[in-house]
Amino acid sequence: METLGLLADGFWLAIQPINLMLIIIGVTLGLFIGAMPGLGSVNGVAILLPITFLVPPASAIIFLAAIYYGAMYGGAISSITLGIPGASTAVATTFDGRPLAMSGRASLALITAALASFAGGTVSNVLFTLFAPPLASVALNFGPPEIFALMLLAFATFIGLSSDDISKTVFSICIGLVFAAVGFDQISGAPRLVFFDISGFLHGINFLVLAIGVYGIGEMLWTIDSTRGKITTSEAKMSVKGIVTDAKEGMARSWRGTTIGSFLGFFVGILPAAGATPGSLMSYGVSKMLSRESAQFGKGHPEGVAAPEAANNSASTGSMLPMLTLGIPGSPTTAILLGGMVIWGLVPGPRLFAEQPEFVWGLIGSFYVSNFFALLINIAFIPLFIWMLRMPFTILAPLIFVLSIVGGYATTRDMHDVWLIVGFGFAAFFMRKLDYPLAPAVLAIVLGPIAEPTLRQSLLLSSGDPTIFFTRPVAGPITIIALILIFLPLIKKVWDRRGGRRPSAAE
Amino acid sequence: MTFNYKLRNALAGATALTVAFAGTIAHAWEPTKPIDFVIMAGAGGGADQIARFIQSTAEKEDLTVRPLVPNNKGGGSGAEALIALNGTKDPDHTILVTLNSFFTTPLRQENLGIDISTFTPIAMMGVDPFVLWVHKDAGISSFEDWVSTVQEQDGEYVMGGTGRGQEDSLVITWLEQNYDLNIKYIPYSGGGEVAKELAGKQIMATVNNPAEARGFFANGDVVPLVAFSDERLPNLPDVPTIKELGKDFSYYNQRAVVGPPGMSDEAAEYYRDLFQQIYDTTDWQEYMSAESLEALPQTAEEAREYWNLQIENHKELMSKMEEGA
Repeated sequence: METLGLLADGFWLAIQPINLMLIIIGVTLGLFIGAMPGLGSVNGVAILLPITFLVPPASAIIFLAAIYYGAMYGGAISSITLGIPGASTAVATTFDGRPLAMSGRASLALITAALASFAGGTVSNVLFTLFAPPLASVALNFGPPEIFALMLLAFATFIGLSSDDISKTVFSICIGLVFAAVGFDQISGAPRLVFFDISGFLHGINFLVLAIGVYGIGEMLWTIDSTRGKITTSEAKMSVKGIVTDAKEGMARSWRGTTIGSFLGFFVGILPAAGATPGSLMSYGVSKMLSRESAQFGKGHPEGVAAPEAANNSASTGSMLPMLTLGIPGSPTTAILLGGMVIWGLVPGPRLFAEQPEFVWGLIGSFYVSNFFALLINIAFIPLFIWMLRMPFTILAPLIFVLSIVGGYATTRDMHDVWLIVGFGFAAFFMRKLDYPLAPAVLAIVLGPIAEPTLRQSLLLSSGDPTIFFTRPVAGPITIIALILIFLPLIKKVWDRRGGRRPSAAE
Repeated sequence: MTFNYKLRNALAGATALTVAFAGTIAHAWEPTKPIDFVIMAGAGGGADQIARFIQSTAEKEDLTVRPLVPNNKGGGSGAEALIALNGTKDPDHTILVTLNSFFTTPLRQENLGIDISTFTPIAMMGVDPFVLWVHKDAGISSFEDWVSTVQEQDGEYVMGGTGRGQEDSLVITWLEQNYDLNIKYIPYSGGGEVAKELAGKQIMATVNNPAEARGFFANGDVVPLVAFSDERLPNLPDVPTIKELGKDFSYYNQRAVVGPPGMSDEAAEYYRDLFQQIYDTTDWQEYMSAESLEALPQTAEEAREYWNLQIENHKELMSKMEEGA
C-alpha cells in the first residue's frame, strides 16, 4: 500500500504542467533522434543534458527519461522503413521489420512495434514499481559465471533451433566474435588484432558500425541487385480504419513475442553488464525458438518485430534499476543520466529509495506517463513515416546511403569507421548471396565483449576449473539449458538415425 | 617510499589566486570549435563521473564559448586515449582527463611510443585517496583481523580491481609484499563495477576510491578497514591510515587535466583559466568534500616536477610488482 501511495505522489509530480510539457517535448525529440540512424538515446540524452540545468532535478530527470523513451520507440522507425537500425537497440527490429515493409506491410510493422514498445514499457514499469529493491539484490547475485552462462544461452538460442544451415550460423558467430576481439584486451590491456597497425582499430569495432554497414549499405546493395532497381517500394495506404485493422492483426499475431520480450528484456536490462541491445537480440532469438511459425522469422513475421521492440523498452526501464540502486549504469545512456544525477546532488546507491523518495517515485511516475505519450505521438506520426517509404527507390537509395555514412561518422567521429561501414556493407552483401545468416554475427559482436571478460574472470575465480559454471546455483541450470540447446541439432540427428535403424535391425 | 602530495600546497595556493584574477580578463586565444574532452576511462567509473561532472559544471556556469564534448577512450588502460592525444591533428581543441594510468600505461607498454613529458600540463583537479573495503558479513572489523584472515586463506582470498598494473592492483601488490599475503586478483572493467561485486559478495575485498564505494558504505553493506592517505579522511574519521599502523606509505589517484604535445601556449593558458574557474565553483568544491577528494593545486612547472616524481615512484612500485609475480 505504501508503494501505491508513493507512486500516486509520483504521478502527481509527473503531471504537473511543467513536467508534462517536458515529457511531451522530450518524447517527441527522442522519437526523431532515435529515428535518425547513428543517433540513439545516448546522443539525445548527452546533447540535451545541459538544458536540464534550467529546471529542478526531478523535472530534469523526467525530461531525460522522456527522451530515453522516445528514442526507444523511434529506433524502430528507420529499422522498419529504411532497413537501417536507428539505434543499436533496434538492430533486431530490422530482421523482420524490413521484410514486412518491403512487402507493403510497413504500417503493420510500425504499429506492432509501437504497441509492443508500449506493452514492454508497461510491464517493466509495473515490475519496477513492485519489485525494485528485491530485484536489485538479484542483480548483485549475478557474478561473472552467471553473466557468462546467460551469454552462452543467448548464443544457444541462435544456434540450437536455427532453421538456417547450422555450420553457416556457427561460422557467422565466429566472424562476429573475431571482430568483437579487435582492440585493447579488457583484461590484460594489450592491443589485439590491430590490422595493418591502423590506429582506428585500437578502439575496437563499434557495434553500430557493423550494424549500419550490414543493414544499411548491405541491404541497399541487395535490394538494387535483386530488383535491378525497378522496385516501387510499397503500395501502403493509410487510413484510420487501416490502423485499427493493423493494430488488431499485430496484437493477434505477436502477443507471444511481446510477452517474451517484455519479461526477458526487463530481466536482461537489470543486469549491469548487459543492457537493452543484448536484451532485444536475446528476445528475438527466444521468440523465434518458441514460435510455432519460426520458419517465418526473418521473412517478415510481426512477432519478430514485437519481441525486440518490447524488449528494448522493457530493458531501458530495467537498466534504470542498477543505476539507481547500485550506482552502476546498465547502458551508455544511463551512464550519462548517472553523471546528471551526481551534479544534481543525488547519490545513486542502495539508500536512494529511502533518502530521495520524491525523486525516485517522480521518475517512476514519469516512466508511465512518458510511455503513454510516446505511444500516442508515435502512432500520430506513422503516416509521415509511411509517406517516406512511398518515395521512389532512386531517391530512397541515395538517402539510405547518406544516412548510413553520416550515422556511422556521428557515432565515433572517425573516418576510419566510415570506411569500415562500406567494407562491411559489401562483405554482408556477398555473405548474403552465399546464404550466410548475418544476425548471428551481429549478436556475436554485441555479446562477445560481455562474454569474454566474464569467462576469463570466472576461470580466474575458480583457478581454471570450468565446473564453476555448473556448480553455482544460478549459473548451473542456465549453462545446462544452453548446452542442451547448442547440441539439440546433434542430438536430434543421432535420435533420428537410431530411430530409423531400429526397425531394420528387428527384421 | 613516501608519496607526499602536499609539499607544495601553500605555494600553489598563492598562484591559484593570481590565476583566478587573470580569468576575468580577455583571452589571447579562444576555442573556435567544440573541444574534444577525452576521458582516459570507460563510461561509469570514477574518472568518467568526474569528467562528466566537470563538463556539466562548465555548461551550468556557462564558462566555455565552445562545449566540452566527452569522449570515452578507456581501452588498454588508457593507452587508446594517450595514442589519440599523441596523434591529434588539432592539439588546441583536445584535452584529456587523466588518472594514474597516465604514468603507468606508458611505463608498462613502451612500444606505444608515448613520452608524457611532451604533454601539456593544464590543471590538477584533486587527488583521490584509496581505502581497503570488506563486506560487512565477513565479520572483519580491523586491518589486523583482515591480514590474519588473508594469511589463513593462503591464495584463496579473492580481491577485485580494475586490472593488473592499475592503481588498486599496485596497492594490493604492496599489501601482499609488506604483509606476506597471497591474494587472488580478478580484473573488472571499472571501479563502480568492483564496488558492486563486493556488495554482491562475488569478491571478498577491494581497494576502492571512497567515491566509488560511497552508496554501499552509506547503506552499511561494506566496511572500510584502512585508508591509504596521508591523514585520516574527513568523511571516514574512524578509519585509521596505514601510516598510523606503522608503514610509511600513501597512494592517491590523480584527477588531472592535460593537453596533447604541441598545444600552443595561448591555448594552454586559456584552458588553465577555464579549469581554475571550474575548480573554484561551489559545485566542484562541494563535490570534492563529498567524494573525499583532496586538493593539490599546482602550476605548470610544479605539475611537470610532480609527473617526474610519479614516474619514479611508479617505476619502483611496478618493478616490485614484477618481482612478486
